[in-house]
Amino acid sequence: MTTDPVPLLPRGTRLHQDRVRDTWVLLVPERALLLDEIGTAILQEVDGRSSLAAISCRLAERYGAPEPDVASDVREFLDGLVGQRLVDYQ
Amino acid sequence: MTNRPSPPIAMLAELTHRCPLSCSYCSNPLELTDRTRELTTETWIDVLGQAASLGVLQLHLSGGEPASRRDLEVLVKAARDVGLYVNLITSGIGLTTARLDALEAAGLDHLQLSLQATTADKADWIGGYKGGFARKLVLAEEVRQRGIPLTVNAVMHRHTIDDVGAAIDFAATLGARRIEVACVQFYGWALANRDALLPSRIQVTQAKDTVAKARRAYAGRITIDFVPPDYYADYPKACMGGWGSTGINVTPDGTVLPCHAAATIPGLVFDRVTEKPLSAIWHDGSAFQAFRGHEWMQEPCRNCARRDQDHGGCRCQAMALAGDAAATDPVCRHAPSRPAIDEILAQQVAVSPSFVYRSNKREKTSSVNIAAR
Repeated sequence: MTTDPVPLLPRGTRLHQDRVRDTWVLLVPERALLLDEIGTAILQEVDGRSSLAAISCRLAERYGAPEPDVASDVREFLDGLVGQRLVDYQ
Repeated sequence: MTNRPSPPIAMLAELTHRCPLSCSYCSNPLELTDRTRELTTETWIDVLGQAASLGVLQLHLSGGEPASRRDLEVLVKAARDVGLYVNLITSGIGLTTARLDALEAAGLDHLQLSLQATTADKADWIGGYKGGFARKLVLAEEVRQRGIPLTVNAVMHRHTIDDVGAAIDFAATLGARRIEVACVQFYGWALANRDALLPSRIQVTQAKDTVAKARRAYAGRITIDFVPPDYYADYPKACMGGWGSTGINVTPDGTVLPCHAAATIPGLVFDRVTEKPLSAIWHDGSAFQAFRGHEWMQEPCRNCARRDQDHGGCRCQAMALAGDAAATDPVCRHAPSRPAIDEILAQQVAVSPSFVYRSNKREKTSSVNIAAR
């Protein structure tokens, strides 16, 4: 695996706008993960083409935050999902 | 209760009680619903729409064997059209290549495949269906090749828990991202067969050890959810995440239950989707209100620090073993009825009795033809 992998939502994992609860959720096998604003922003950038660095760069720009901080948040959040096999790195 | 309950997250739709298998631990009730009383396609489609509007995110299509319904593909499509995440809980029997094509086209999100055992002899004996395991393997390979997201559900009990390592290997070979190794919970048919199904304490300890090793070996490759039998626990499970809090069940004839075994509690009145809107049933139905909050609790639950953690455990188990649905789950070490569980554990027999297989007539039995522990 490269040091700057491209994250991908595998088949069976879907981002869903929950209009009843007014939030975004990640629908995965047998569970629904309620997402906060940061989690939603990160996963909306996961398109199967952008690397972690590219995603972090875009989010840092959008939120006016230091890129190293954003990169570390993105990495930690997605690593957690990869560990549960809910996101793939390629 | 004055607080309006949060919307349910998951719906278990028991489309039918029909099933080619007759497992002795089936979670269906002892009185099975006949095909003629099943909801129509149109009613199910309406119910799925109501569920999504109510806030349901996850739909579990179950049975019986849901593939016994010819309109399964239509229902999957209807569920996806209203945004539900569609999980098919199946034995795999009856799912042909053509039907898998149709299910994929309809938008099926995920498939949960039951695993009765890891060898044909044992699996067919447990499922009461000769040739079932071979058919399951064909289907499983087809699912693997198509890349349909898969969870293997390996049912653990006295006769299978020693094979837990093999079951995990089996799931990994199939490319499953997840395996559930859940021990049989004792309701319905499983309660009737408890002496034949309850594993020993030594078996449970060994299985925990095997699962811990497998988790290390398969880290990052397969998620292993292990549910040991609650009879050996000190505290009860948070059954259904709390009564009427996260899950809603609809039975083949449209009866709406807070959990699949709720009908074993006498005195509860259940509404039907053919008579009332799902939303009204969820929010105000008397069966759903019965055990929400804390007012129904007795001591030691009422003032227990864990009351919002385990919600007093399981109401159906309290009914079955303590004779009172509002009692503390007898599994709890603080429960007045805990001795009932200890007595059951103390009286385990050396040789397993025969299974009473699930059937409509409740008379079909078979002698144990696998060396029992």
